[in-house]
Amino acid sequence: MNSAGTSAPPASAALRAVHVTKKFGGLDALKDISIDVPQSSIVSLIGPNGAGKTTLFNMLTGLYRPTEGSILLGERDITRARADVITGYGVARTFQNIRLFGAMTATENVMIGHHARMRAGLFGAILRPPWVRREERETRARARELLAYVGLHESVFDRLASQLSYGDQRRVEIARALASQPEVLLLDEPTAGMNPRESHALTEFMRKLRDELELTILLIEHDMKVVMDVSERVTVLDYGEKIAEGEPAEVRTNPRVIEAYLGRQE
Amino acid sequence: MSELRAQLREWRDAVQKRLPPWRSRALAGLLIVIGIVLPFFFPPSSGFMNATIIAVAYAVMALGLNVVVGFAGLLDLGYVAFYALGAYSLGWFGSGFFFKAHVHVLVSPVTRTLPGIHLNFILLLAGAAIICAVAGMLIGLPTLRLRGDYIAIVTLAFGEIIGVVAVNGQSVGVGGGMTLTAGNLGISAVDQPYFPGIGLFDLLNLRPWYWLILAIMLFVLFVNLRLRDSRLGRAWIALREDEIAAVSMGIPLVRTKLLAYSIGAAFGGMSGAFFGTYYTEVNAGQFQFGFSIFILAMVIIGGLGSIWGAVVGGLALGYINNYLIPDVLNGLPGKFGLNFQLTQVEFGIFGFLLVIMMLLRPQGLIPERRRRLELTAKIAAEDSQLMEAQGTIGGST
Repeated sequence: MNSAGTSAPPASAALRAVHVTKKFGGLDALKDISIDVPQSSIVSLIGPNGAGKTTLFNMLTGLYRPTEGSILLGERDITRARADVITGYGVARTFQNIRLFGAMTATENVMIGHHARMRAGLFGAILRPPWVRREERETRARARELLAYVGLHESVFDRLASQLSYGDQRRVEIARALASQPEVLLLDEPTAGMNPRESHALTEFMRKLRDELELTILLIEHDMKVVMDVSERVTVLDYGEKIAEGEPAEVRTNPRVIEAYLGRQE
Repeated sequence: MSELRAQLREWRDAVQKRLPPWRSRALAGLLIVIGIVLPFFFPPSSGFMNATIIAVAYAVMALGLNVVVGFAGLLDLGYVAFYALGAYSLGWFGSGFFFKAHVHVLVSPVTRTLPGIHLNFILLLAGAAIICAVAGMLIGLPTLRLRGDYIAIVTLAFGEIIGVVAVNGQSVGVGGGMTLTAGNLGISAVDQPYFPGIGLFDLLNLRPWYWLILAIMLFVLFVNLRLRDSRLGRAWIALREDEIAAVSMGIPLVRTKLLAYSIGAAFGGMSGAFFGTYYTEVNAGQFQFGFSIFILAMVIIGGLGSIWGAVVGGLALGYINNYLIPDVLNGLPGKFGLNFQLTQVEFGIFGFLLVIMMLLRPQGLIPERRRRLELTAKIAAEDSQLMEAQGTIGGST
């Protein structure tokens, strides 16, 4: 079971972690984890609190360096790449506890997401030649399109991010991630704090993203309904180890998964 | 109280809606014209003109520090280092200090006969900016990997180091009997600006000096405004708000911070170079830690992150320091039979002003647009919470 996914990785894996271990001092946050996220698929990462899901996300996006193992984006080894470089390569993410730039408007937040795709540097900013003006104008227009695409009303586009409602903040965060034109999108508990109706809408939206933008999506999720509904594959972590992997129905009936979530039956 | 505030806000918004959209440009244009014609209303070498020149030069420094502290959120407590480096760039390359050398580029006919290195002021200004920008980059490279308070501590130390180097540089030989600095004796007889067609500046007529520093400030102001509304300016704000999120959105951490630091350094160097020639000497005693705090106070009083705030803060403290306290109010305690002069308690006065500001207007004189929005949003949020609380009380009874 443990090595089910690693023995024959699909050739079209968009993002792969290969035997990744992360140690914090004496603590093994992640032990020998391998995971494949196939191109244009939706994969869920589940597990109890403290299982190491967000730690894995942080390594995939370059915020942490793995102690051992390697991370591949397509054919490219990104194990030691900086976070901003990885974003440039086409990986974008959202955060478990929303991390918008509170003092910037919704539009500006999304424009930051496009940063890696813009070219204006110091002298471009000071001299502001026509191509910089055009780039700035296009970035702003694209940001507004994206805000509309994730379902925000135009009246909040120029509000400060910190003033937006919780649900809208989550949407802006997704728009910001999309603005970097990613190939792989990592969503850290996107439905946290949402009611069932909102969760369902987001599930539909994830499918739409995959189908329309051909995105590969890896998400951390606690809402089992969402996980079973949207994902093609599910990986289960517990205490830093991969305890199960496979199709949603398979994983749901796996005794080790049940044990991890509900405790051992005596 | 909150009702009154809401009413005031409503009126302000209503007034702003009636004004044409080009009003801010018109206002800026008007201010620039007033700035240009200002010297004609005062004698060419009055104490007020002197104070104005110094105040404008302070504003240039405040604008520079505002990029570092206000935009990028890097607390720099050693900004005096770039004042020193700018002034020394001018002293080294615009005086007879390196007396063995004979280099003259576009200087007045009189200066051309003197020993030493003598470059035209524009070259010196650009040179000071470049030297400071490079120095800023070298210091920043190891420093800016740190976060928050650690940056403050390291920059503080760096400011002190430069001060000590300036004092002790008089015993550091650079060959041929020449030294690195002149310590507390000062590099003196620094060249005064000379422009072909305008002639040599002298301290009997302060008007050209004023226009020179005004031009420098307008240039720095222009660059600041352009940077604020650019990809780079946005990246600075994002880093200030949330480093992790900014990096995850593709903003290179060290490079972006370094740019803020060295641009701020370059502006400080330009102002320092001007001070070097205006004071006609470069003396190690000028570069005290207190000066870093003084510039920081300008930025904070003006409104952290606000460009116009930095200008107003720099001018305000400049006038208070160089005109109001020494020239206007200095004898005031004596009139009340007190045996001290106001200049003796300068720092007390600045401390008092800072405390008053923090109590009455913590966002600064001209707050940054973002902070203004944040503050009004917070007030609105508090109000709505109060209403909610009242609702629950009403509901439970």
